[in-house]
Amino acid sequence: MNNPPENDQLSIAKYLRQDRLPHIWCAACGIGPALNCFLRAIDKSGLNPDKMSVVSGIGCSGRVAGYVKLDSFHTTHGRAIPFATGLRLANPELKAVVFSGDGDLVAIGGNHLIHAARRNIDMTVICINNFNYGMTGGQVGPTAPYDVRTSTTPYGNFESAFNLPLLLFASGASYIARWTVVHLHQLENTIVEALLKPGFSFVEVISPCPAVYGRMNKEPDGLDSLKNYVKRSIIKNGADPRETEITQNGPIVVGKFVDIIRPTLQENLAKVAAKAKKPSTK
Amino acid sequence: MPKVLMDGNSAIGEAAIRAGCQCYFGYPITPQNELIEYMATHLSRRKGCVFVQAESELAAINMVYGASVVGARAMTSSSSPGISLKQEGISYLAACELPAVIVNMSRGGPGLGSIAAAQSDYFQATRGGGHGDYRTIVLAPSSVQELADLTIRAFDLADKYKIPVIILGDGVLGQMMEPVEFKQEAPAVLPVREGSLRGAKGRPSKIIKTFTSNPAELEEINWSLFRRYGLIKKQETTFETFMIDDAKLVVVAFGIAARIAKGAIRNVRAEGLKVGLLRPITLWPFPDEAVKEVVKNVNHFLVFEMNMGQMLEDVQLSLEGKGEVSFYGRPGGVIPTPSEVSRVISRLYYQKGLK
Ligand code: SF4
Repeated sequence: MNNPPENDQLSIAKYLRQDRLPHIWCAACGIGPALNCFLRAIDKSGLNPDKMSVVSGIGCSGRVAGYVKLDSFHTTHGRAIPFATGLRLANPELKAVVFSGDGDLVAIGGNHLIHAARRNIDMTVICINNFNYGMTGGQVGPTAPYDVRTSTTPYGNFESAFNLPLLLFASGASYIARWTVVHLHQLENTIVEALLKPGFSFVEVISPCPAVYGRMNKEPDGLDSLKNYVKRSIIKNGADPRETEITQNGPIVVGKFVDIIRPTLQENLAKVAAKAKKPSTK
Repeated sequence: MPKVLMDGNSAIGEAAIRAGCQCYFGYPITPQNELIEYMATHLSRRKGCVFVQAESELAAINMVYGASVVGARAMTSSSSPGISLKQEGISYLAACELPAVIVNMSRGGPGLGSIAAAQSDYFQATRGGGHGDYRTIVLAPSSVQELADLTIRAFDLADKYKIPVIILGDGVLGQMMEPVEFKQEAPAVLPVREGSLRGAKGRPSKIIKTFTSNPAELEEINWSLFRRYGLIKKQETTFETFMIDDAKLVVVAFGIAARIAKGAIRNVRAEGLKVGLLRPITLWPFPDEAVKEVVKNVNHFLVFEMNMGQMLEDVQLSLEGKGEVSFYGRPGGVIPTPSEVSRVISRLYYQKGLK
């Protein structure tokens, strides 16, 4: 296996725990490129990497916490967001980035996701959406479109998928964007914006899982998925989140959908603290 | 029915279907994914049966709770960290006196641990596991055939005693393939528990709750639970003995560790050492009477577990100070070989001057 050399030219090498490489991801998995964009975005954002915490839950995407050479936390399944919430509130100096997958963030962790958006806590969530639980062998994910095959929907998915931008919009997130892993430039720039955005920012990354999801859905090669993304993607910044649903073969609307200013949890907490300090008028 | 070659997880699934399991709710976790996938494929096909992949372990156990209230045979499965999440629901099931079958294909811990086979959830399984004063029946199979047989027994026991039943396996049992025979066909009509809520026509409405503001009332509920537990202990305690008649040293082990111990005992028997095995099949109720019976003729015990000594405490409690107990354990998901265990046995045998 080829480990990247110590003084690699790549600007991101410094952000990787090279002693932990090679990574466990399958060939042509989309998590690697998404991580690459994130690491480049850290540099571009100008944020101090020493003050950045990366929190992951469990699953293939959850492995990111193990590979980044930043303070990183591989937490309980589904609980990356509450963990990051505690961390962020206890030390306001730190920037918290949650990097995890659709099963972890939206199924078992779904309640935490919507409440974090509602609170508008200052935090960035990067959600790898590959529609299934890759690590455990390809069971149906909460974002899997109706009728797709997975190891627990052998006759086709009989449930409907979450449309994440709409879910997050309804919950109150300040910043919502979606790209696929063929939109690497846009994804990188979006993550920069998300990192700098006050409040809750959510970046969905549509990502191939050739090893299991792809194999069961006629995209056994990562390249098949990428070609498919190119074919199906429609860039539509500012799209109405109600129009961003992903179906089995329909268009994948990508872009920045929401970028609003709302008081963050931290700002509101500061207001409450000020109020609480004022002597009672009674 | 002829024997078929099957992995342990799938065998549980097939046995559950044949036991009349109507509802299965699960969540992916290694090493039990074959079970959830088996149910997705095979339970979904059966008339009146439901498979749903829940959004979390918490959701899955509460779906089981709901299905059990209306009388369906319901099941969920997971592995150690997921079973921890289910404990809240198991406590509520116990409080409501509701049957359920919960499979734990346990793995090394604490924390997320590893995905390798371990027996470190013995305490959690046999002491209730969640909050409050309750117990669950705990069955510990040691082969794929026994996984199938005990799954059927688990549903029967759960219904008979209105109690959650835990099947405590491990990653090896769940994933290894062995020939297995299913002794019964799936019922043509799904069983519905008597007295379950099927609509309030012709009777006053009921409320199912686990909160009681009057401590005296709650005390009576606890008493009644424990009277039933006493009955279970009397009627359902099971164990296996192996080469025990002339033994000078008895190994006590459960599940996959007992399987390894059997191999070890065969090895040392070939060298002329008189060693036998006591294998609890119900971990709760623990076969303490069996231990008390053995100590009448045998003074030396070796408890062997794939943990740091959990069942050990039950053996010691059963012995009430009699006999001498040694322990050998490998935690964290390390699977010892029969020859490793035979070395431990023979060293102890000679140290204790039994030869
Ligand atoms: S299983 Fe799927 S998501 Fe996981 S590493 Fe392999 S390709 Fe990626």
